[in-house]
Parts: sequence; structure tokens; C-alpha cells
Amino acid sequence: MEENEKKKAKTSLSRRGFLKGAGLTTAGTVMVNSGLLAFDGKFGPPKGESYGPDAVRVSMKVNGIIRDIICEPRTTLASALRDHMGLTGTKVVCDRGSCSACTVYLDGKPVNSCMTMAMDVGDQEVTTIEGISKNGELHPVQEAFIEHDASQCGYCTPGMIMSCVHLVENKKNPTLEDVKHATRGNLCRCGTYPHVFKATLDAAKKMK
Amino acid sequence: MDKRKEIFPHGIPGHNLGEIEREIPNDEPPAWPINDKLKVVGKRIRRNDALAKVTGSAKYTSDIQLPGMLYAKMLRANVPHAKILSIDTSKAERHPGVRAVHVFTSDDEGSKYQDVKYAGQPLAGVAADSLDIAKEAVALIEVEYETMPFVIDTEEAMKEGAPLVYEEPIGEQTDGGDVGVTHDGSEGKGNLRGPTTSSFLGGARGDLDQGFSEADVILDRTYRTQVHTHVPLETHGVVIDWKPDQMTVYASTQSTKGVRDGLASYFDLPKNKVRVICEFMGGGFGAKHSAGTFGPMAAELSRKSGRPVWLMLDRKEEHIAEGNRPNSIHHLKIGAKKDGTLTAIQQKSHGTAGVALGAGVGRIAQGLYTCPNFSTEQYDVLTHAGPGAAWRAPGNVQGAYGLEQAIDEIADMLKTDPLVLREKIDPSEVRKVLRQRGAKSFGWKYRPPGSDTGRIKKGIGVAQSTWPRFVNLDSTVEVKMYSDGTVEVRSGVQDIGTGTKTILAQVVAEELGLKAEDITVRIGDTIFPDAPGSGGSIVTGAITPPARNAAYLVKQKLFNQVAPQLETEPSMLTVSDGMIMHKEDASKKISMRDALRRMRTGQIEASASRSDDYGGFQQPWGLAYGDLGSVQFAEVSVDTETGFVKVERITAAHSCGRPLNISQIESQVNGGVIQGVSYALYESRVMDNKTGHMMNANVDQYRMPYAKEIPDIDIVLVEEYSARSSTDAYGIGEPANIATAAAVANAVYNAIGVRLYEIPMTPASILKALNKVEQ
Ligand code: FES
Ligand code: FES
Repeated sequence: MEENEKKKAKTSLSRRGFLKGAGLTTAGTVMVNSGLLAFDGKFGPPKGESYGPDAVRVSMKVNGIIRDIICEPRTTLASALRDHMGLTGTKVVCDRGSCSACTVYLDGKPVNSCMTMAMDVGDQEVTTIEGISKNGELHPVQEAFIEHDASQCGYCTPGMIMSCVHLVENKKNPTLEDVKHATRGNLCRCGTYPHVFKATLDAAKKMK
Repeated sequence: MDKRKEIFPHGIPGHNLGEIEREIPNDEPPAWPINDKLKVVGKRIRRNDALAKVTGSAKYTSDIQLPGMLYAKMLRANVPHAKILSIDTSKAERHPGVRAVHVFTSDDEGSKYQDVKYAGQPLAGVAADSLDIAKEAVALIEVEYETMPFVIDTEEAMKEGAPLVYEEPIGEQTDGGDVGVTHDGSEGKGNLRGPTTSSFLGGARGDLDQGFSEADVILDRTYRTQVHTHVPLETHGVVIDWKPDQMTVYASTQSTKGVRDGLASYFDLPKNKVRVICEFMGGGFGAKHSAGTFGPMAAELSRKSGRPVWLMLDRKEEHIAEGNRPNSIHHLKIGAKKDGTLTAIQQKSHGTAGVALGAGVGRIAQGLYTCPNFSTEQYDVLTHAGPGAAWRAPGNVQGAYGLEQAIDEIADMLKTDPLVLREKIDPSEVRKVLRQRGAKSFGWKYRPPGSDTGRIKKGIGVAQSTWPRFVNLDSTVEVKMYSDGTVEVRSGVQDIGTGTKTILAQVVAEELGLKAEDITVRIGDTIFPDAPGSGGSIVTGAITPPARNAAYLVKQKLFNQVAPQLETEPSMLTVSDGMIMHKEDASKKISMRDALRRMRTGQIEASASRSDDYGGFQQPWGLAYGDLGSVQFAEVSVDTETGFVKVERITAAHSCGRPLNISQIESQVNGGVIQGVSYALYESRVMDNKTGHMMNANVDQYRMPYAKEIPDIDIVLVEEYSARSSTDAYGIGEPANIATAAAVANAVYNAIGVRLYEIPMTPASILKALNKVEQ
């Protein structure tokens, strides 16, 4: 798991790193760098070609469904999901990787979708808040959020739930400290944290 | 209106609960018993919009996507003070994908521009096929400025000869609720406006000199608080679709009515041609009551392009232009006798709301404690910075930070437990109970300041607050019952995350003998009856009585139809658990569903507003009797080597009349406390005095608490019945936030034995206070 995470961290690319690497200003071309991008030809454009500034076709698997969109190469995953696929459950709050409101999973691992380029997703599977409940059944964390009143305005809630679901799916018997650690990057201005903690611990207990 | 008399519960259960007779209008329902005897009200009822929130299906304004919708971006001034010589949009207009450009002008010909008064002031806007294109186009707009001198720092702005923000007198402005009066912006010298010397509680009283001469101890201190911004996770913004027959506005707002009225008046439209919708909104905390400048801009762009326009601000714009809590330099001189009796309070304050007014310190010093001699002078200082806006208990949070530390320090001078001193000077019966129950739950055991030994020192502190009970009588609710058994509640009121939607369902369900989940609540739309903005903790007290009254009226209508079928009088009928039944003869009953199915029409409805409070108001415009009190206790630990403060736990003891939904109240109190901790320790708007720009307009350098900084929060809720309306319920939004920073400050003092007179209390300021770094 740890090992896996490290590998991902190397292969997936932050937006800032990406922009710096490609030497872009605002809306120039994007160099798809074979050493950095995980395209395998199945989804998205092949390696080593340059794209943009015009829109290109990008494919990715989101919540189990293959989605094709036409977007400019500079499009973030957050924008692709929200503006191109209508999956507006994912929220953009800071747009610079400091609030976790935009958290989605790439191959099951939480990332900030505002810091991930859509073209960088490649064949990694995307899971958004819309994909957390299965066949109309809420995830225990979602149930517990309702039960413990763990959202006020609710704008941080999708990101919070992504962080908490990832915790309970990957750790048995999490402690309060574990929950705080899992949500350490999630900003909630309404101050709903105490109920988020309670809800997540309760969900973990019920999943045993 | 015909009236009748009814007996109501009155007082605090477990303390002084009794009964009182009130005269009430005939079309309002009889008294509810205390919560213990109710089925839906006062319980932990799940939020009726929680499912949408946890699945990501809730549509906020920022999520609205309409066919043909354009994305807009505004151009903002990058200098703090200037005349604008020209604005050239030709390049932006030619940029591919741009559909409309609009420039704010101050004359009809469109050739004069308003002077720039702060860096970030909106000047123009572009609507384009995508947000990226709109941003590019905005960067192509050329502005020629003639820059002028400016002033950012509050104390610099007060000096003679400082650059003036306004050369000419400015008109009257309401103060965003800080002292509850309207400032006259024309009064004052230089950048100073004011002073405000009175509030709706009155003006100066008694004789200060006399008061100070009677005092055994006199405390004379200055307290400073920072400017902090609201940072709602969803920024300000709208989606506007202006069609010839109607302007439809999706708004992230605390007041659908306020946005409608604002846009109708800006564009000279009849109110019924503007429809404002806000189904979900991502936080406001006071700053989202109007259409702002983004509203008119989006409307202009929609008009010009003939397309719907999405205009949500980005994080930086939100920080710099959409409101903040003004800072305060708050001077308090307080005299007290040996036994603690306060003899005089003299208050003077300065603060800046940037280019706006409303930087007072509220009514806390005026109203919290008994003191015969009092005066206040509260000045606004204009600076070239973004406008302030109401922020959870405006003014009063700054005021409480000063006053409640002063009281703590007086207790220290008198060598007494600060809780005991408050017992002596606080006339409020409900706060007496809050202190008792709060202290017990917290385990309050006073220890002398600085008495903890070792590197990490623990300390405890307490602070109190008061907030008025405001009632807005322009509050109407409609309740409809359909022949298929469904019930619908409709009102223009919005739910800003406080749970308004759910308490409306609870109140109606209780009245109709149904469950909360049986009630569909449709709110946040101006096609429904008018309701107040969500501010000042007004909504619960204003809108739940109309909801209950309307449910009561529709129930009477149904009884009138059912009574003949049950061969009885309507007055003999009652409801319980989905049944309509005879009060004395259990055999005479019919299910609500059957009764509705047999109605003569497909639906029946009633709408209702509410009367004045039973027993009248303290002030005729809707200032109710009683207050919303709180007593908060804090325990902190301070690392005396690093200066790092951790708030370990808070006990928050609160009252809000009849509590309606316990878990939602707890959520709001948690939020108020956490924001108070943040105000005390972390957040602060940092301005560059040399350029006039905000330096930390994001969410990482603008520091706020995340999960690891959250203290344990223990909530003590005290029911208090005062028999003033058909629900006797009030809000809790503001009270939750007022006392926290002062309680934390008092606890820090108690830990280290040195008092800081300024927030935020950062590690640097703690080390400075401990003389561990150079002054
Ligand atoms: S929006 Fe992506 S981390 Fe804040
Ligand atoms: S619930 Fe509003 S930001 Fe978290």
C-alpha cells in the first residue's frame, strides 16, 4: 500500500509541476511527456505528442463508465468532471490543492482533482462522490453523516466523505486520531468537524 | 383581531418552570407543552436535505448549468486608489469565444468611471464560452489609471493629512448590525466617521465621573482585534438568465428576498419580474445578503448576450471584495467596587470596514452587566481596503473579546474567581443556569493565573455573551395538503446550512400529528411567500411561528370538513400519529390520509404570518424581550518554548428559547466555537500597506483550523420558555460565536500569567509576551 502510494506520487503529476515542466504560460500547448504520463493508448492520446491549445478528445473511466469529452489540454480533472460531465458533486473551493473539497479517487486513492490534469488521468479509474453509493445503497459513511448531522451547508461534504470512506475502507478499527489524520486536509468553514469525526467512527464500527 | 387567553409553559425546566397566561390572536394555535411532551419538535431529527448533500446531488448555485450558459469573469482594479482615465475593451471583445463585455460606468453615456477606492474593486466583466476564455479576455482589457495616494493602516488613516477615502460626505449606511443603528456617513472628520453613541438599547446613562469616584479598582485597557474574512466554501455568485418576461437568478445567498429587491431596484423592474432561487448554498456567515456588484454584472452580461451567465467569484476575489469583519482598537475603562459591583464603563473604539461603514464593537459592554454609569463612542475609520460586511454577531464579537477580558482582569484585581464575579454582576436568570450547568459539565475549578508549572502550561477561562432576540414580521409560510395525503410547506426563506428546511418540517409535522419526513418543504424561491434573510439569528424566531400558524389553520379547514362525517363539532377534534380523532370519544376517528382523500377539492391550503410577540415587543419594530445568552468555558495548553497554543476543550452552555432540533443546534454551536477559536488563534487578513493588496487571499496562507486543531466541544443546552410566540423558538447562529475568543484569551492568560491584548494569539505573540523573543 505504502509502496504503491509512492509509485503513484511519482507517476501522477501535480498541475503546478506540469505547467512548469511544459513551460507553459496561459493557454499554450501541452507536451505529453512519455516519462510522466500514464497513457497506455487505451484512453487518451498516445505518448510523446504535443496537444493544444485547441480542444482534444479525452477519455476516462468515471464511476465505472467510460466518458469521452472534448476539452482543452489545460483542463483540470475537477473541471472535466464538473463542467464537461455534469458531475458537480465534486466541489472546487481553493483551486490550488489546499482544501480537499475536490477530492476524488484515482484507482482508489484520494487526489485533489483541482491539481490533476484531465489528460493526466489516463487509464486510472476515477471515482467521485456520485460513485460512492452503489445500486442506490448508501455507503455506511454516508448513512452516518446523515445520522450524526455531519454537514451544515454541505459544501465540504463530498470531499469529507471521500476522505472518510477511504479511511474506513482501508483501516480496521480506526481511532479518532486516524479520522483526524484522514481529514487533515479537508477545510470545513461551518465547523462541522466534531460530527464528521463521530459519524466516521460510528460507520467504521458498523462495518465490522 | 379577536383574541383569547391561553396558558403557556414559562421558565426553565429543572430551575423555575411555571405557567403564564397570555392573550393570543384567535387564528394562532394554543400553547405547546414543553419539549419533553412533544413528538417531533425538540428532537434529533435528520436533516431533510442531508441525502442530497452526502451523495453529491445537491445543486448549489455554482453547480447550475443551463443550456447555452456562458461563464463570466470580472476585471478588478489592481491599484487601491485611482481615477480611471479610460477602459479599452476592444481586444477583449475580439477574443474568440467572448460573447459579451460590460463596463461599470457612472454616467449614462458610459464614458465616466467611478474612482477606484480599493484594490479589487470590480470595473468590468466578460462573458465567454468557457471560464478560461473569460479569464483570458479580462486580461486583455486595458485600463488607464491616474493613481492617487492611499492609506491601508487604521491608525495611519486616522491621522490628519492622511489620504482621504471619500472627499465628499457619504450618505447614510446601515451598519451591518454592529450596534443596531444607522450611521450618518456625513458626520466626522478626515477618514473618521461617527461617533456612534447609542444603540437601540439606549444611549449614555448615569454619571461616569461619579461612577469612577466610587470605584475601588479601575481598569484601563486597549484591546485589538484583526480583520478577518468570511471564507464561505462556496464563494459569492449568481447564475442569471434574463429573458424578456423574467429575470431568473440562481444566487448563493442568505436572502432570496434581498437579492430580488436589489436587482429589481437596480434595473427598475417590478419585483415579480425577478425570480431568485437558492436551493442549496455553501455558507455565508453574514456576508451574503445582497446581489453585490456581481449580480448586476451577470444580469448586464445576460442581457447583452441573450444567454444565461454563470458568475461565481474565485477564492481571491472572495477574500478581497466580499466582506470581512472589521478590526477594532477597543478602549475600555471600567470601575468596580471591592465586592465586584461595576460602577462605570467608558468605552471608545475605532475600527475599519475599509471603504464601508460598520466597524463598531456592538452592545456587549452596554448590555451584558449591571452598571449604572456608561458611555460609548464608536468610530469608523475609512481605509482603501475591501468593504466589511456583517459577520456572525457583527461588532459584538470584537466587543466581547474586550469586555470579557476586562471582567476577567477585574476579577484578578479583586482576587476572586471570575465566575463568581459574573454571578454578582450579571442580572440574567438564564445565564445563571448556564453558568451553573456549564461549570458543572466543564468541571470548573478556578486556579490562579500562571500557577501551572512545567513547559506546557494549562489554563482555563470563561466568557459570556448576550444577543438580542430579533423578530422580522415580514415572514409568511404557506402549508398545502393534497388529497393523496401529501403535505407541502412553502416559503421564500433559504436554508444556509443551519437547518431551516428541517425545522419547518418539524413544526408543521408536530402541529398536524405527522412525522417530519411526511412533510415536503419547498423554500429558497421568491415565487413563494416572502421571508426574512438569514442573519442576526432572526429566522427561527420569525419563520417557525408562521409555519405552525399556517399548519394550524389548514388543520382547522380539514376539521371543518371531517366533523360532519364524524358527527361532531370541529372544535372537538384533534390529531395524533396520523389520525384525526374525537378528543373524548376514541371510537370517532379517521386517518389523515382518508380525511384528505375525501376532501371536496384536490388540495387545501392556508398561509399565515405571525403576530407581534405575545405580550408585545421591547421595541415595536421587532426587538423581542429576553436575550440569547451563552457562557463558554475553555481549557488551553500553551507550549512556553514554542509559543504554540492548543485549545483542548470548550464547554459551550447556550439557550435559544425552545430548542427545535438538537443535533442541528449542536452543529451550529460547534461551528460558532470553531470559528471563535480560529479568530482567537489563527486567521487574519494580511494587507501590504505599500501596495494596498491582500497578501494571503487563499486558504493556505489565510490560516484556519483543520481537523487536527479542533478542540473537544461539549454542549450544554438549556431550554427556556418565555411564551412569546406559537413556537417560542429562537436562533443560535450568532450566540454560538460571540464568547469563544474571549474565553480562549482568558484561558491563555490563566495558563501563562501574562495577558495578551491582541488577537490572533500566534506563537510569535505568545513568545513576545513571555519575553522569550526580542520586543
Ligand atoms: S479545490 Fe482542490 S484542493 Fe481545494
Ligand atoms: S458544512 Fe459548510 S463547509 Fe463544511
